[in-house]
Amino acid sequence: MRYCWNAKLAVWVAFTTSYLCVWSSIVSALDPIAETIEFQRIEFNRDVRPILSDHCFACHGPDSTHRQADLRLDMREGAMAMSALVPGAPEESELVTRIESEDDSLVMPPPETHKPLSDRQKEILRRWIDQGAEYQLHWSYEVPRRPDVPKGMFPIDGLVQRRLEQRGWQLSPEADRRTLIRRLHSDLIGLPPSPEEVTAFVADESPTAYADLVERLLTSEHYGERMAIPWLDVVRYADTIGYHSDNPRNVWPYRDWVIRAFNENKPFDRFTIEQIAGDLLPDADQQSRIGSAFNRLLLTTEEGGAQPKDYEARMLADRVRAIGSVWLGQTTGCAQCHDHKFDPFTTRDFYALGAFFADVQEGLVARREDGMPVMTEDQRTQLAVLDEAVAVAKRLLSEAESNKTDDGAQAKIEWESAKKTRDAFYSGLPKCLVTKASKNHRTVRILPRGNWQDESGEVLQPAFPSYLPQPNIQGRPLNRLDLAQWLVSGEHPLTARVVMNRLWKHFFGIGLSKVLDDLGAQGEPPSNPELLDFLACEFVDSGWDYRQMVRCIVMSATYRQRSTATPEQLESDPYNRDLARQTPFRMDAELVRDYALDVAGLLKHQVGGASVKPYQPEGYWEHLNFPTRTYQADAGANQYRRGLYTWWQRSFLHPSMLAFDAPTREECCAERTRSNIPQQALVLLNDPTFVEAARGVASRMLTADLNTADINLTADDDADDARIAWGFSLVLQRTPTADERQTLRTLVNTHREIYSVDRDAASALLTTGLAPVPPKCDAVELAVWTHVARVLLSLHETITRS
Amino acid sequence: MNRLTWNPKPENLPMCRRRMLGMSTVGSAALASLLSGQSLLGEQPPASNALGALRRLPLPQRAKRVIWLTMAGGPSHLELFDYKAKLAELDGQPMPESLTAGQQLAQLQGEKLVCLGPMFPFTQYGSQGVELSTLLPHIGSMVDDICLVRSMTTDAINHDPAHMFMNTGSQIAGRPSMGAWINYGLGSEASDLPGFVVLVSTGPGRSPQPIAARQWSGGFLPSRYQGVELRSRGDAVLYLGNPKGITRSQQGLDIDTINALNRSHDALVHDPEIETRIAQFELAFQMQASVPELMEASDETEDTLSMYGCQPGDGSFASNCILARRLAERGVRFIQLYHRDWDHHSLLREELPLRAAEVDRASAALIRDLKQRGLFEDTLIVWTGEFGRTPMSQQNKGPIGRDHHNKSMSMWLAGAGVRRGMVYGATDELGYSAVENVCTVHDLHATMLHQLGIEHEAFTYKFQGLDFKLTGVEPARVLHDILV
Repeated sequence: MRYCWNAKLAVWVAFTTSYLCVWSSIVSALDPIAETIEFQRIEFNRDVRPILSDHCFACHGPDSTHRQADLRLDMREGAMAMSALVPGAPEESELVTRIESEDDSLVMPPPETHKPLSDRQKEILRRWIDQGAEYQLHWSYEVPRRPDVPKGMFPIDGLVQRRLEQRGWQLSPEADRRTLIRRLHSDLIGLPPSPEEVTAFVADESPTAYADLVERLLTSEHYGERMAIPWLDVVRYADTIGYHSDNPRNVWPYRDWVIRAFNENKPFDRFTIEQIAGDLLPDADQQSRIGSAFNRLLLTTEEGGAQPKDYEARMLADRVRAIGSVWLGQTTGCAQCHDHKFDPFTTRDFYALGAFFADVQEGLVARREDGMPVMTEDQRTQLAVLDEAVAVAKRLLSEAESNKTDDGAQAKIEWESAKKTRDAFYSGLPKCLVTKASKNHRTVRILPRGNWQDESGEVLQPAFPSYLPQPNIQGRPLNRLDLAQWLVSGEHPLTARVVMNRLWKHFFGIGLSKVLDDLGAQGEPPSNPELLDFLACEFVDSGWDYRQMVRCIVMSATYRQRSTATPEQLESDPYNRDLARQTPFRMDAELVRDYALDVAGLLKHQVGGASVKPYQPEGYWEHLNFPTRTYQADAGANQYRRGLYTWWQRSFLHPSMLAFDAPTREECCAERTRSNIPQQALVLLNDPTFVEAARGVASRMLTADLNTADINLTADDDADDARIAWGFSLVLQRTPTADERQTLRTLVNTHREIYSVDRDAASALLTTGLAPVPPKCDAVELAVWTHVARVLLSLHETITRS
Repeated sequence: MNRLTWNPKPENLPMCRRRMLGMSTVGSAALASLLSGQSLLGEQPPASNALGALRRLPLPQRAKRVIWLTMAGGPSHLELFDYKAKLAELDGQPMPESLTAGQQLAQLQGEKLVCLGPMFPFTQYGSQGVELSTLLPHIGSMVDDICLVRSMTTDAINHDPAHMFMNTGSQIAGRPSMGAWINYGLGSEASDLPGFVVLVSTGPGRSPQPIAARQWSGGFLPSRYQGVELRSRGDAVLYLGNPKGITRSQQGLDIDTINALNRSHDALVHDPEIETRIAQFELAFQMQASVPELMEASDETEDTLSMYGCQPGDGSFASNCILARRLAERGVRFIQLYHRDWDHHSLLREELPLRAAEVDRASAALIRDLKQRGLFEDTLIVWTGEFGRTPMSQQNKGPIGRDHHNKSMSMWLAGAGVRRGMVYGATDELGYSAVENVCTVHDLHATMLHQLGIEHEAFTYKFQGLDFKLTGVEPARVLHDILV
């Protein structure tokens, strides 16, 4: 499917291509601001605020304690009163005098701050004052406005196109079908398509083929698993407490709750409310209470000598940072000790936000808690029956005792037995830490410079950050439910933008505003503000329909572009901020594992359940203590579960997860780094999981019915060729080129020579992993093809979503 | 010489592989990406003409590398480095409340606070007659080469936050450790080894401190700058060994094949990440040879082994000190050793001599060894715990010990322009508070960076919109008094 503007634009582009080539090389030497200076009116948010924030606000900004010379430049009136700004008259403005001063003792910023202004930045400030020094409310604090969308176009594409036009660019053509299905599978369910699915999709001539595929994946039970991964990062979900002994905690039902929420397409407002206040809802139930485990995901300690007050302060701060990362997109951590230097977030805001959580019941130090039992309806009935049996036995016992009958001894035995049965049943139930509200709220006070021993600060009640919209709630103290509802009230300027910005990153590898957890002054104004606002408005107006927003993005032509960059694009837009193409990126740690196991036929597709322990190098946990622990890898089906079910040990995360940049989840992580380091090669080549997966792929190559497989063989191809083609199809869902096939044939021949004279080595290779070796396969051949498979599994193309 | 860098540039690859890579042109962004070992997405590439992100160093570089000896658990300064006659005199007497009122305490919360005199004698060492414990005769013998700081303090009073603070300058998880900062800033001269290496000693001790991998994490810096632990058991680097039934030449063949296929794919898609991927597979293969060679240490002489007092590969602190020297020789930028067993809430009298013996000879041998190999002049050695211990006795955990204490601790530095034979700073007469030339962890970091040629105030990395520094937001000072 093509949109009409594409064709029109193509004509225009054809006329202007030669001109553009010259122009783009000029522009590429500058940056977007250079264009701004030349051609546009200075805009405070886009052009000026980033300069003032980065170079001036630390001393002349919102932080009143550290403000110098009583001057603040984040407020127009204040700056004018001090003559720092004289609108329309740069020469009279002290700001200009100071930034242009040659005198080290006068020039601003002072040299010792190591924050000199560039000539271009000085010029922007001068022109801004010349044009009247108008301020704007920071972009992300304004309520998003639905932008005008070019008529007759898919809104996302129209808004992207509008920006591309400024560069004289257009969207790239749609990627080929194979790439599209691989991309959608990776982004929506995190599993590779089978060769048959690819073949069918490539051949599907229906106009709705793409849309049908999208719908099939959106309703797959693996959709929730895929969407859960970034959410679990940002809420810092893990299986252990984090500090010091880093002991286990029961919280995996929350992970399953998240998966289920995405699969059921729980509206995002409800999703938010259950996590922050699922226990306070009038219709609170087991599910909403599990959601409230969010409040318990923070780091805790069991260290001897830890002081409750110290950890009370740490935990409050941890929660405030979490709300900042997950929903507000604001860096709040600074305000634990001082007013934020760049954003209007004050120390008072920090502790008042923390005060919302003062009712969360928890052992602050060294107290373990099993959590709430998580039961099916059957189990609930069963437990009620068992409880009743204990009660009856108890009654009979007391009757027997009070009547002093001879049955006393027997009644005691029966009571004990009933109790034992009940307790055994209860202890076998999964448990989950959840939020329970206490009537006795902890006292929250401002801690001067974050010092928990200083009790001189003012006692605070829960309150919303003062610079954000305030709902009208009067006559009662605010609680967590108010906080949750405020975040998703629809008028909140930040939440929808923050969530949509993260979602964009999921599908394009980078947010519209690059700094995902800071939409404040030090973050980055969005590369395409109208697009982010459109997504935010659409999200709210759809009733916070997450799946609809996913659909909206993946159905766009912008999403469906090919990801290969032209040299020009790579040169002048290396980070693909303008979206004239898709972006290829290495898959997340969990998916690298899932892909290998899946094509090997080893992956167990079970959704949910307790966390599992894949193979791990011996001794990797040897530095854990209190108590010391020995890692026991799972046997059976649990060895082959998806990466997101891996036991998340915060202090020693599974090393192959860590190698591929899975975060330890000690702090909220809105964005994983995406590195390319030698440890990744070592994992792909030597981690038993991948060795076993290679053997699995090899077994499939050796046992496949090559005659029926759709691998484009010719009469000249022999069995090795056919196997190579079949393996390519399995792992990469394409046919190999002649060169590729020849390269692998050489590999086959060499290993075959080696193993046919050293069968013991071949057998040794087959001993890695627990999965049984297929009895039909010859050890030498299986070993040889295991090498081919490990090559295929290690390819950049295999682990890249393009 | 075709030695690879940890973060290889194409021109450094051995010729045979270079041919295979071809000499395709990559754009500047692609090149930056390759050099940083990082994805193009959202990373700050370091300068292309320097090993690290710092284009040029504003200060003279006195230290080319750091060996940081971490005594995890908090060694007692009062038994090892800081003799207090007055404390001996008051042994068994109540601790003056004027000192302790309103102060942070760990396991002594709510307990009666009683003075505990030094449990081991001190004696004078070196040409200046520096007083050190008789438990440290070997360090004592090198005291003319070290600078002892008796006025160190820290903010945290529990192990985990205190380790984080000492290693990252922050008590909040997720910040880069100092080794990662320095690896990022300066890069590494090590050819086929990580620029930041961690060695955790194993020993017969009683209650070793848990040490989370976060202590050597790269935090928000690109992952390649994180510390890599070299383990004394199993594969020295995780997943370093080939699978059973695969020889080195077979592994090499597979890697060549992977790289060839990646190369031909790159010709179609022009993805700069592929160049990096090829280089990293190459490097992994080099490491599979270079790391075992490093760890084996079979070329160490009997004299060297007896000087340190160990056998190679025994996992002891001493054998890790030998490895530290070997890593220093190979150009590794930051080497951090952990001895984990200094948390003497109890059994101080029984345990401390054993632990002291485990590190004393080796620490001294390391200095001696670096000196004789000409590495002492440009290697900064730091020996420190995460906090000190209380002058008050702790008796609620068994035989007598001392609790955690953050108002005073002792540490020492040596090499790389640190003044020799100096004692800096002092505590009060009971060893409770540092009172003269008080030093903070951030001061220590600032000083270390200064010797490495880095101005700590200007050494920042942008994350979440903020300019983060190893030395934090509060002012930190370089301890010029202890520098030559």
